[in-house]
Amino acid sequence: MSWLWEIFKATLAAVAVFTFLALVGAMLGVYLERKISGWIQSRLGPKHVGPQGILQTVADTVKLLQKENIVPTNADAITFNVAPLMAAVAGLLAWIIIPFGPIFGRVVIVRDINIGLLFFIAMASLIVIAILLGGWSSNNKYALLGGFRSASQMISYEIPLALAVLVPVMMAGTLSTVGIVEAQRGGWLGIGNWFIFGLPGNRWLLIPGALAFLVFFTAATAEVNRVPFDLPEAESELVAGYFSEYTGMRFALFQLGEYAEAFAMAALTTVLFLGGWHGPLLPGVVWFFTKMFALVFVLMWVRWTYPRLRLDQLLHLSWKGLVPLGFVLVLVTGWLLI
Amino acid sequence: MGELGAFIILALVTLLPAAAVVTSRNLVRAAMSLVPSFLGVAGLFVLLQAEFVAGIQILIYAGAIAVLILFVIMLTAGGTGTAVRQANEQRVVGGLAAAALTAALLALLLRTAWPLAAGSLPRANVAAVGSAFLTTFVLAFEISSVVLLVSLVGALVIARRER
Repeated sequence: MSWLWEIFKATLAAVAVFTFLALVGAMLGVYLERKISGWIQSRLGPKHVGPQGILQTVADTVKLLQKENIVPTNADAITFNVAPLMAAVAGLLAWIIIPFGPIFGRVVIVRDINIGLLFFIAMASLIVIAILLGGWSSNNKYALLGGFRSASQMISYEIPLALAVLVPVMMAGTLSTVGIVEAQRGGWLGIGNWFIFGLPGNRWLLIPGALAFLVFFTAATAEVNRVPFDLPEAESELVAGYFSEYTGMRFALFQLGEYAEAFAMAALTTVLFLGGWHGPLLPGVVWFFTKMFALVFVLMWVRWTYPRLRLDQLLHLSWKGLVPLGFVLVLVTGWLLI
Repeated sequence: MGELGAFIILALVTLLPAAAVVTSRNLVRAAMSLVPSFLGVAGLFVLLQAEFVAGIQILIYAGAIAVLILFVIMLTAGGTGTAVRQANEQRVVGGLAAAALTAALLALLLRTAWPLAAGSLPRANVAAVGSAFLTTFVLAFEISSVVLLVSLVGALVIARRER
């Protein structure tokens, strides 16, 4: 009956990851976003529920749970109800391959699979379908336009994303996330061997490593539809984009999927370029979360600093900037590694 | 036992949406039903320990081809009309063709001797696929890349002409 045990373990892991995401990803994410946006705009942000407003998101969640789920009259009801679930589940599944660091000598990860990065990118591409279907089934022109924009944007930016991932994969020689982090062990203060600084015996790789980090982080920002790439939900043009018609918990599920994906991208950037859990003195898990939240902070900082791009600027940046740069980086990395 | 159970579940996940694809009168729902079917096939690949193919199956079929089909349907005038006729006056001819194909496939399936030799799998699937592409099958690999490049350039040329 080992397979029953496996199913039990998988269910347990799913519950654990989902709880973690709902707490850390969505709740803390929304709170941080509101606080940081407040500070950047010289406001206070949430202040009244709990100390420093820290329970504001809990109150908001309770409010969202109580709200009525409205299905628009001419909407395609089944598709309309399935789409937010798909977004949340795909965002959740991406976390399976994220290693958090060693606790009691064992690396905490749901499953270290040998196609880890391929799996991650595949899950990121599934969210496109959820957004497209959510936008279409709402039977609302703004939602449909938002869904189309999102799909075309995510497909355009998946290519530089995959190309930038190839650079650390070539340096480490594996697709497994644990293998990639292990390849960045050691060096000066535990920092020197991070892939953003190249390989110890081959410091010229610093150039493709650092540039691949930039390409990956830019493409990841676009992939999770955040400012300056948030055309799919541009408020001034499209009301709220693909989730205009969603209410209550279904809206919250889309938000959960979005935050889960944004946090997963920050975590994967840490794993690929910033040495995962490696660092001096402090325990590995602490380092991992420090790096991840630093990147999440950068995402939010950018969001509240830069204006939104136009659609043509967005496509130019991907097809004339990031995609050719990604190809050159793969070529240069291969040449330097030989 | 566990493997059989997984196979039955995955087969159902593959076949039930596939039936919905051909019976649904709504084109978008038919295209949408392709996604779970593709995912079920990816699960079958995992069951065969071909995890690289499974990943590619999700990325290309569920993530790209299904999106492409949905795009085409949603951008076509009248493509999202709720009721599309399922059959026309040629249903007899179509049925005959389908029956002939089924008979041919069944005959092939029943007459093939399926070899059940025990083999060993390479530990790193991805690396094996990669080196096979660049050594044994390098010609086929390069030709298919050139074909893809040509079709990409062709699509660009057709799109530019409309200006």
